[in-house]
Amino acid sequence: MELDFNVTELPPHDAPEEGDEAPDFVRPLVNGEYWEETALSEVVPALVVFYPMNGSFPATYIWQEVRDRSWTDETTVVGVTVSTPYSHKRFLKEYGLDGEARMFADPSNAVAREYGVAHDLDGMRGVEEPRPAVFFVGESMSVEYAWVADEYPEFPPYDEVENALP
Amino acid sequence: MPDNDERTLYRLQACPFCERVVRKLEGYDLDYNSRFVEPLHSERDAVKRVSGSRTVPVLVDPETGATLSESANIVRYLDTQYGNGGS
Repeated sequence: MELDFNVTELPPHDAPEEGDEAPDFVRPLVNGEYWEETALSEVVPALVVFYPMNGSFPATYIWQEVRDRSWTDETTVVGVTVSTPYSHKRFLKEYGLDGEARMFADPSNAVAREYGVAHDLDGMRGVEEPRPAVFFVGESMSVEYAWVADEYPEFPPYDEVENALP
Repeated sequence: MPDNDERTLYRLQACPFCERVVRKLEGYDLDYNSRFVEPLHSERDAVKRVSGSRTVPVLVDPETGATLSESANIVRYLDTQYGNGGS
């Protein structure tokens, strides 16, 4: 998209890079039917997609693209954001991801902070969320691919991500 | 995410019948994995697949192969199985 002004830049991030070990975490993991506490290390290898809260247009755009590219046919895909399990369940249904992708509910945003991809929202005091970030985490928890948004908004380089899938 | 040999409790957030079972499991120091479902009955097909009905709580206990519905049944089962006759 060509704009005649500069898009807002996000501050530097401290996310894991390719070759680093991905931090493990446990959060409720939501599918179309229920949720249960699950560790990331239990679902790897997986594509881990940090994204802005359900309801924001970046969330919609990102997950429609993931769905339309059928990445869940290739690998396990999990999302991470601050929305509640109830919201995740509806989101999965609304965008036809029910039975395809699963979402970690992280209302405290602590997982995004641990990954160095937290984003404080201007004008929504007390609310933060992840900035868009995509990691492919291998079976041994090594980061095999990493991308983190530098602008607000910015969307994942989908073709590049797709090439990084096994 | 549970191993297949772990007890699983299908539960609804803030459901008093479910919490009654949780107290009992904790009282007997039994490990279990929680699967939370939605308040709406029509949204509980996962529960129906394991127990035949959409009511919660449901306890699945691989140690004995038991799948139980209704908190009174579950409590009676736990007392008998793990409580040396009950408490």
